[in-house]
Amino acid sequence: MKLTEIELEIVEVLEKNARIPVEDLAKMVNLSVQETEMLIKKLEESNVIVQYSSIVDWSKIAGQEGVTAMIDVKVTPKRGVGFDEIAERIYRFKEVKALYLMSGAYDLSVVIEGKTMNEVANFVSQKLSTLDSVISTTTHFILKKYKHDGTIFEQNDDDKRIVVAP
Amino acid sequence: MEQTKTYLSETVNALKPSGIRRFFDLAAGIEGVISLGVGEPDFVTSWSVREAAILSLEQGYTSYTANAGLLELREEISAYMEKGFHVTYSPKKEIIVTVGASQALDIALRAIIDAGDEVIVIEPCFVSYAPLVALAGGKPVTVQTKKENDFKITAEELEQAITNRTKAVILCSPNNPTGTMLNRHDLEEIAAVAKKHDLLILSDEIYAELSYDEKFVSLAAIEGMRERTILISGFSKGFAMTGWRLGFVCAPEEITQAMLKIHQYAIMCAPTMAQYAAVEALKNGQEDVIAMRKDYRRRRNYFVQSLNEIGLDCHIPGGAFYAFPSIQSTGLTSEQFAERLLLEEKVAVVPGDVFGESGQGHIRCSYASSMEQLQEAVKRMKRFVERI
Repeated sequence: MKLTEIELEIVEVLEKNARIPVEDLAKMVNLSVQETEMLIKKLEESNVIVQYSSIVDWSKIAGQEGVTAMIDVKVTPKRGVGFDEIAERIYRFKEVKALYLMSGAYDLSVVIEGKTMNEVANFVSQKLSTLDSVISTTTHFILKKYKHDGTIFEQNDDDKRIVVAP
Repeated sequence: MEQTKTYLSETVNALKPSGIRRFFDLAAGIEGVISLGVGEPDFVTSWSVREAAILSLEQGYTSYTANAGLLELREEISAYMEKGFHVTYSPKKEIIVTVGASQALDIALRAIIDAGDEVIVIEPCFVSYAPLVALAGGKPVTVQTKKENDFKITAEELEQAITNRTKAVILCSPNNPTGTMLNRHDLEEIAAVAKKHDLLILSDEIYAELSYDEKFVSLAAIEGMRERTILISGFSKGFAMTGWRLGFVCAPEEITQAMLKIHQYAIMCAPTMAQYAAVEALKNGQEDVIAMRKDYRRRRNYFVQSLNEIGLDCHIPGGAFYAFPSIQSTGLTSEQFAERLLLEEKVAVVPGDVFGESGQGHIRCSYASSMEQLQEAVKRMKRFVERI
């Protein structure tokens, strides 16, 4: 679907800050509040804006640090449905946070989140590897998140400018 | 007490200290200030540009460059000016890389002024124009623009200031502090006056990349103006590189070679690592410039509309990152307004009269701040305006 210049602006602003008051957003794009609300609704209904969520640094929360693993999965595609059927079987598990079909040495990249390494290991050995089409899995645990979805976790972005300048 | 002898020159002694300095001292001592007083981008220079400078250091490029700057950079500047602004300058003969646009302005003025020559300075404007004219031995002649004309100079106003000693005019569009941008029609009017009186124009186009509603037109692109224009620009604003101190000046060969004489004696060359950074900025930085411009534009829309809503009448600035609202409705002078706003609500803005007489009754607010800062600033300013 093709968006207008203003719709694109709205998407860009909301992608960075979903919590901006609609009154302020309206001013930024030079529309009335009502017009802006209508456009947002349209973007939501057409699933261009899929969801509003927060980026949480779980590693900061005691007891909630959790582990994330990226798993390279080789599968046998099926006639007629290709990778879609096995992909769906995998992404329906709530442990799966992301799933991508990849080019290259393996087929699916699965991102799993769990409370402990054990929990992830159990999921891989009991749920994932046992699926009929899965040929092999290679599990990589993430040791530290530096940047996620375009957001740098530990950033020193203090304003370094002097207070008044010509 | 006996009067001690001063070693200072009369010219320097006669220079007024910048009004901004006083305000800076006042603001610097207060904690928790939201500053809308800064004349520079809030963006940090793109990483790819910073990385290019680091690489140049690692490779040991720490010596002088040619006086006029790295030829590679001048070639990039030439291509950039041609592609973006439809003006053609020879990299070898008509471009000098300078220490910021400020130095470009300085060597331009020194190259053209004889003692007593008059240079027209259109106010409100950047604080250094008139002092630099005076330091070059010239006489700054100020002309005031009016709010009702959106701070655009008219041909008549300009002509009234011209005498037989007038040598040049300093023009700045988009303008600091008003944000006003001159369109092709405005420039043609000024060009006609310049041609009629055989004047040179120093065109400060440092904010050219930051124009929001219309495509920026360079004065040198106006028919017949290239030969009488000294075009000054740089990397500070559009590319968010203020601290690198890198600008450039483009002019016909005769003037460029004269400026180069001053430049080579006074500066030798612009800093080498900054020049390597600038090459990267011109080669691969355009996307970042566009992204920053879009961001500024949204903030401008938000901020100017908010100012008007809280009763500070503000024209829509076509470029730069300044709003220049009138504060006359409050009954305060610019300085009173700025000082009280700073002390009572901790928002720093710059009194408009710092930029010239016609800036009285206005304040300059830079919207080169994050949206969160702007939202908070608007809240505080609203509270302040309602109270007085």
